Amino acid sequence: MSARTHTKNVDPMTSTRALVLRAAGINCDGETVRALEMAGARTDLVHLERILSEPARLDDYSLLVIPGGFSHGDDVAAGRVFGFEMRHGLAREISAFVARGGFVLGVCNGFQVLVEAGLFEPPSDPTGPVAGAGAVRTIALTSNRQARFECRWISLRVENCACPWLVQGEVFPAPIAHGEGRFFVRDAAALERLEANGQIALRYVRADGSPARGFPDNPNGSVSDIAGICDPSGRVLGLMPHPERNLTPWNHPHWTRLPPRAEGEGLAFYRRLVEAASLAPV
Amino acid sequence: MTASASLPSDPAASAAPEAWRVEVFRREDLDDPEGEHLLAALREIAVEGVARARLGRGYLLPGTLTRGEVEKICSELLADPVLDEPRIAAPGEAPSPRSRRAQRILVARKPGVMDPVALTVGRALQRIGLAHRTNGAEGERSPVATFQAWELECAPERSALCLLSRETLVRIGREVLSNEVIEDLYVEDEGLRTSVPAASPSHGALHVALREAADERLTEISRDGALSLSLIEMRVIRDHYRAQGREPTIAELETIAQTWSEHCKHKTFCGVIEFRGERIDNLLAQTIKAATLELARPWCVSVFHDNAGIVAFDRGFDLCFKVETHNHPSALDPYGGAGTGVGGVIRDILGVGLGARPIANTDAFFVGPADLPEKNVPKGCLHPRRILRGVVAGVRDYGNRMGIPTVNGGVWFDEGYVGNPLVYCGTVGLMPHWAAEKSVRAGDAIVLVGGRTGRDGIHGATFSSAELSEESEIVSGAAVQIGDAIAEKRVLDALIQARDRRLYRAVTDCGAGGLSSAVGEMGERCGAEVDLEKVPLKYPGLAPEEIWISEAQERMVLAVPPGQLAELLAVFRSEDCEATVIGSFTDTRRLLLRFRGETVGDLDLAFLHGGTPRPVRKASFAPPSFPDPGCPAPSAHGASHEKTILALLASPDIASKEWIVRQYDHEVQGLSVLKPVVGARMDGPGDAAVLKPLADSTLGVAIACGACPRYGLLDPAAMAQAAIDEALRNAVAVGGDPDRTAILDNFSWGNCDKADRLGALVLAARACKEAALAYGTPFISGKDSLNNEYRVGGESRSIPPTLLISALAVVPDVTRTVSMDLKAAGSRLYLVGVTRPELGGSHYLGLLGCEGGSVPRPDLALAPRILRAVHAAIRAGTVRACHDLSEGGLAVAASEMALAGDLGLEIDLAAVPVGPPLASPATSIGATEKGFDRDASRLYSQSCSRLLVEVAEGSAAAFERALSGLPCAAIGRTTSEKRLRIRSSAGALLVDAEIQELRRAFQGGFQG
Repeated sequence: MSARTHTKNVDPMTSTRALVLRAAGINCDGETVRALEMAGARTDLVHLERILSEPARLDDYSLLVIPGGFSHGDDVAAGRVFGFEMRHGLAREISAFVARGGFVLGVCNGFQVLVEAGLFEPPSDPTGPVAGAGAVRTIALTSNRQARFECRWISLRVENCACPWLVQGEVFPAPIAHGEGRFFVRDAAALERLEANGQIALRYVRADGSPARGFPDNPNGSVSDIAGICDPSGRVLGLMPHPERNLTPWNHPHWTRLPPRAEGEGLAFYRRLVEAASLAPV
Repeated sequence: MTASASLPSDPAASAAPEAWRVEVFRREDLDDPEGEHLLAALREIAVEGVARARLGRGYLLPGTLTRGEVEKICSELLADPVLDEPRIAAPGEAPSPRSRRAQRILVARKPGVMDPVALTVGRALQRIGLAHRTNGAEGERSPVATFQAWELECAPERSALCLLSRETLVRIGREVLSNEVIEDLYVEDEGLRTSVPAASPSHGALHVALREAADERLTEISRDGALSLSLIEMRVIRDHYRAQGREPTIAELETIAQTWSEHCKHKTFCGVIEFRGERIDNLLAQTIKAATLELARPWCVSVFHDNAGIVAFDRGFDLCFKVETHNHPSALDPYGGAGTGVGGVIRDILGVGLGARPIANTDAFFVGPADLPEKNVPKGCLHPRRILRGVVAGVRDYGNRMGIPTVNGGVWFDEGYVGNPLVYCGTVGLMPHWAAEKSVRAGDAIVLVGGRTGRDGIHGATFSSAELSEESEIVSGAAVQIGDAIAEKRVLDALIQARDRRLYRAVTDCGAGGLSSAVGEMGERCGAEVDLEKVPLKYPGLAPEEIWISEAQERMVLAVPPGQLAELLAVFRSEDCEATVIGSFTDTRRLLLRFRGETVGDLDLAFLHGGTPRPVRKASFAPPSFPDPGCPAPSAHGASHEKTILALLASPDIASKEWIVRQYDHEVQGLSVLKPVVGARMDGPGDAAVLKPLADSTLGVAIACGACPRYGLLDPAAMAQAAIDEALRNAVAVGGDPDRTAILDNFSWGNCDKADRLGALVLAARACKEAALAYGTPFISGKDSLNNEYRVGGESRSIPPTLLISALAVVPDVTRTVSMDLKAAGSRLYLVGVTRPELGGSHYLGLLGCEGGSVPRPDLALAPRILRAVHAAIRAGTVRACHDLSEGGLAVAASEMALAGDLGLEIDLAAVPVGPPLASPATSIGATEKGFDRDASRLYSQSCSRLLVEVAEGSAAAFERALSGLPCAAIGRTTSEKRLRIRSSAGALLVDAEIQELRRAFQGGFQG
């Protein structure tokens, strides 16, 4: 990942404040906070209940991250109850947050939550004030094709998408660890719309960047090898793999076979996100 | 005895309100992965004719809701708008199956069995304001219940005649879909109901007539009350109450039974043993603990007295480690048993000192053969396949939900575990050094945090101390618990915050014996009083002694100074984790139990903890007499070496466990440096896991294990030392420092009231001490499970004596970590250590069907020097790859390194350093010994303390210097041609196999 080494004229350490949202069962908050801090963001880890009772706190941040885990045990379905709580308690505030230029990242369970919360859907009433609210869901994340939890390293490729901070064509490794990560669409039209809107952000590929040839390149049977999507603004991104588990030179599954490395590929991912968010108005 | 009448052997379910029924099926045009799993399982049990199977996730919702509300709950919460088709049936209505061909099997939890999904749905309903409608009359139980609705269809072109018989459906229900220990099965029966367990007869203090009881009556009282107390113990209790001038209450008797149980007290290991004319007073203190004391390693922070052992780490942090068994519950309900096993050992880590943050889990399973014919499964037992799948799923679902990576473990298969599988779960924690010690003071509040209390797991401690039998499934259902990982995650989140704000003085977990053990132990030195009615219940109607001994999961007990109480309660509230003051610690040295103001127990703590009688147990040992089969060449059995190596790689103990490893999240927390599977294609079996726990330090920790169950029956002492050696060389192979390694002992043994079992234990424990002193490696914690027998008919069968050794080693510099995969062509391959004609219990002889032989044991003078030298070479950066030799010997280790590195290997057996066996120095592989084929011995011997090391040509001199004076020889080279070539000691080409072929063998076999 050597692209985009241009000089920064903004010091992200002073300008990006990140909020990591937690709920019972969220369990990747540690590595997520670590990634954001290493990437230069001032980061707070806050329980969802605190934000539900005090939504104005969102105003202090330009980056909102929902980490991985098993929120509420993934009971009923992965991310269902957390997403339900967001829809009922925070939909308007998050829409406003994105509308004013804030960035949202959901990883793994966080991605499932964002899908449940409807953040990638077109609003049902385009004139309505709340994006996502009341929208008919057209995408889903469901049980892996093999119906088993799967933990393994895969390769990702950045697609031509609306995310301004991702570098198109870049290929990088990250681990996945999920039981319900299979990306699914209601119908062909939904997939076409995602493509047309530049919402397909990340695909599973082979290590050399060529298209995945089924399992295990595509580790869960996702439609069109989709690993991550964004909203049409490009400021909301969700992905199943965990870049925050690839920060050090020693996380890679065969670092002992590689020449010495300075850092894990996931750190650059977070650095770019934090940098992009530093330009957002708070 | 009056006690037994009040215990929940079979609580009748009370009548239930009529409920809305929702069944959420996948959309008709979508695949149903759960259904496909079921079809595969049906093939396995030879049920034919089912073309399609689908799972409906079922929910029972309160009948007081309106249809509109139920539809809203469905569309917003229970069904996915893209994927699902919900079916709703009004109260009293039976849902109609989709087609006439579909036959239905429903599975629902028995009353009172934990249902975490129902609790979550109940919470979510509160969020949208339906809580007022859904709260039950008692306000305690979940208003929601879940069930599974399975629909089976035969092929559409076939007629209705192909419907499955009721008998077949029942069989599917029993063998695949449900476990009747915890679940009810409804076959073509829609009569589902929600219910709660019946209330126990309400009572205050009930006394048991003990003072006048004769021996026969005492035995009867212990048996009928499932107290697992021996006659000698019952007499001591009777005499104690005679001296008190009163009868014990049920609660007191139960407390004594829990506290004195083998599980809690280790009265065999710590008792008096007569062995070969010698009197051993406290075997544990004289062997395992004595070694640790004598070694006096300055980095041992806290050993043996707390819930886990603690060692110093780095930058003000300590590491702690504990491994537990959960054998008997896992035999009855593998999923729930293993899950709560994980949950329990995590709580040990949360409850050591002032609490540690768990950073890794380990698991080791010992089960019957996966291909055991159905007819060989004893009555009342589950098939080993089902047990293994269940325990893997239990560890997966609990560990993954807790966010703790499961990074190390193993599976061993043997017929000896068919009736009594072993399930070991371990957890490593990280804690600030200041949190290593705890104290309790009179006046501190007793605060119970976490899950609610029900009848789950009553008599777990006493049950685990008894033998399993055909009837265990029926009588011990209450001893099985179901875990709720998220409840425990809430405890973790709140506890660590409270710890860092120093809001409590002591903490311990509620494990075996429940509150009786937790409060009894914490208050041991001062005293405690508890008001049992304050304990929050899952459902009403528990008797006071049930509350007191319930082993409901996810609960911990804190000692909180009064000044900190309000803040502590607020922290737990903010994490939505219940915390309740249930009493206080006192200075009375008594344990006072009240229920609604009435005293139901008042026990002298000195008697409770110190009154256990210490009868003398007799021990003896006679080694089994098999003729030594030597080491025949494979040709003697009509096989080639190549075929033999492929067969070894495919044998269940050796074959890849990737299907298990990949179901565990071994990456969560982002600390992993070396993963359980390694190499070019991430398919090589790593020796040990390495983590880097601290962001600002390159100090790492290696986690490894060793076990040699096939040696146990032949030579328990050699078995113990071989297991220690295996754990240590695994840790050293990845970069662990042998001088900063601590180990845990976990003994699982047969019934040690029998002299031969106990004799084997004495020998193993003494061997542990000898080895620990020789290696300089202290034990820091351990556990024993001494009643692993299974009764079939009149015969009681013991498991093979099994010792699991777990190792925790500091890796001085993670940047020097070494993995086992070959790295490059043109390297030298060194074999370190001596290969001896030791094939007793080896996989090679097992393959040939031979019994007996000389069991490998480490040369205790040489082994520690080898480990230190290899570590020095790794630290100096001269090692490219390193792998230990264990099951299958040199042949298997070399194959694994090659397939993991996807490189070729040439080996010359003539160069292998050899020596005589340690047990009887008469034979040596070097000399052409009668009965020992020279090449077969070198390839398949399982001698200890051996490692294969890949060294770059340029580092060879430095490596040899590091190993100078030790047995070590270059025996081969790595090649780019992907073949394994082995030359015999006479120079002939013995093996020439493709790496891909080795890989196929290694990855074949049972895959879950």
